[in-house]
Amino acid sequence: MEIACLTIDEIREGLLARRFRAEELAAEALRFAEEENPKTGAYLHFSPERALTAARRVDEKIARGEDPGALAGVPVAVKDVIVTRGIRTTCGSKLLENYIPPYDATAIVRLEEAGGLIIGKTNCDEFAMGSSTENSAFGPVRNPVAPDRVPGGSSGGSAAAVAQGTAVVALGSDTGGSIRQPASFCGVSGVTPTYGRVSRYGLTAFASSLDHIGPFARTVKDAARVLGVIAGRDPRDSTSAEAPVPDYTKALDGNVKGLKLGLPREYLKDMTSESGSLIYRGVEVLRQLGCEVREIGLPHTDYAIASYYIIATAEASSNLARYDGVRYTFRSADSASLAEMYRNTRGEGFGAECKRRIMLGTYVLSAGYYDSYYLKAQKVRGLIARDFRQAFEEVDAVVAPVSPFPAFRLGEKVDDPLAMYLSDIFTITGSLAGIPCMSVPCGRTAEGLPVGMQLLTRHFGETTMFRIADAFEKAGGLN
Amino acid sequence: MKITEQEVRYVAGLANLRLSDAEVAKFQVDLDQILEHMDKLNELDTGSAAPMSQVLYEAEDTATLRPDVPVPPLGNQAALANAPDSGAGYFKVPQVIER
Repeated sequence: MEIACLTIDEIREGLLARRFRAEELAAEALRFAEEENPKTGAYLHFSPERALTAARRVDEKIARGEDPGALAGVPVAVKDVIVTRGIRTTCGSKLLENYIPPYDATAIVRLEEAGGLIIGKTNCDEFAMGSSTENSAFGPVRNPVAPDRVPGGSSGGSAAAVAQGTAVVALGSDTGGSIRQPASFCGVSGVTPTYGRVSRYGLTAFASSLDHIGPFARTVKDAARVLGVIAGRDPRDSTSAEAPVPDYTKALDGNVKGLKLGLPREYLKDMTSESGSLIYRGVEVLRQLGCEVREIGLPHTDYAIASYYIIATAEASSNLARYDGVRYTFRSADSASLAEMYRNTRGEGFGAECKRRIMLGTYVLSAGYYDSYYLKAQKVRGLIARDFRQAFEEVDAVVAPVSPFPAFRLGEKVDDPLAMYLSDIFTITGSLAGIPCMSVPCGRTAEGLPVGMQLLTRHFGETTMFRIADAFEKAGGLN
Repeated sequence: MKITEQEVRYVAGLANLRLSDAEVAKFQVDLDQILEHMDKLNELDTGSAAPMSQVLYEAEDTATLRPDVPVPPLGNQAALANAPDSGAGYFKVPQVIER
């Protein structure tokens, strides 16, 4: 059994044809993942009991002649910011090194109800804050394509696991690009659905108005399948949307004739790099498939980074206030008073990037600065969302790069936080608007580093997004 | 200079973060640079724009309401299981009130 390149459909066929049992598959997937993991450090820990128990349930269903579910027997890696009952969930932080959640995230419940096997938890930037996975308290992850380079972040472990073949699909979280950017760096597909499409219940909060859960996969179809399983209204997340969840895979017929694609002229000046030229070639492939391509305007693009890093850090400073040494495992030793215990616990527990963002967020919310930073940023966010609404009156989807450059070397950018923030420009605009966006592989640089093309559509326009990405993939992308 | 060392220490106090002197110095430089970039927003006249605090789309007024059905709570034991210190069914913390 060649675990490293299986698809969801192949697993299903193999199970139903009784070529292998889910339990065998789970055992082999775990063995392979544990053996391969030292090469990248994608996983922080494994969950063999959980995976094997879920696999036995799948086998029992098949034995009884029941439908084993849309993700039957599929090994899934889960970013360690998504809580799993009884399985350590660290968020890449020293503060939660020994935290064992008492409940499951809704996305986890839905994955397992559909027959998915949670095989382990993946490394990430601490509390999902970062673009390289170098901010984890448990060490960095190496890019499976180029081991001296980062896998991207913050969901770097999930992207690396799927690219390495140690999971068939994975869950990540995306606040400003944390699924799309690592997907592009590792050469896999990564999807940030519409805000509210997937319940955030059990996703450790970073910036609540921007946080999403979404899938990584090696094919667009597999990503679409996973989203179909985890999406939908959840009474436990009041921001989760009522809208019915279509079968996204039905749209994957390769037909994109007549679809209108927009290339934002504000992005062009940042597309002169090698990555940018690959995107142009990707757009040309889509044009040959029958799409109409035109330039569009997203006039407030230049203000997106500032708006995002005010809103996201403000929300983060509030959300991370709960880690104070009272409830969540880590407490600094020997504090004389409660106030000192709070300060010491947080000072010792948080890494540099979390502290930087907590400081920034606290500053922009503090007395005298609220109007000039936070309120201003929210107004700009509204203008950025309006830019997209107007664009989608003209076009069905926007095509853009994911990152200005491919995977960089470990340590190359850690000393310049602003430069790291500025590199999020292409992913942040879609995050602020709350629209669905994904990264689909779009060739490699001369050095062999993967580049991802980003597709963005209107709210709940995932079907169109998957249709285009799948047609691009079927046409061979740039390969 | 957007932010002084004194302001960095003040904000760290608001955020309940103990910072070393080296961290204070580093964050002063970092925050200064980042806040400088954020000033870019002032180029833009946002006078009539409505602040966007949440992603909104077409939905019924009651879309965010659920039926008020009681469900079993987490329970005392599970809630305390991750506490660094607990006893008699409570979270324990250092002394709060000075005599």
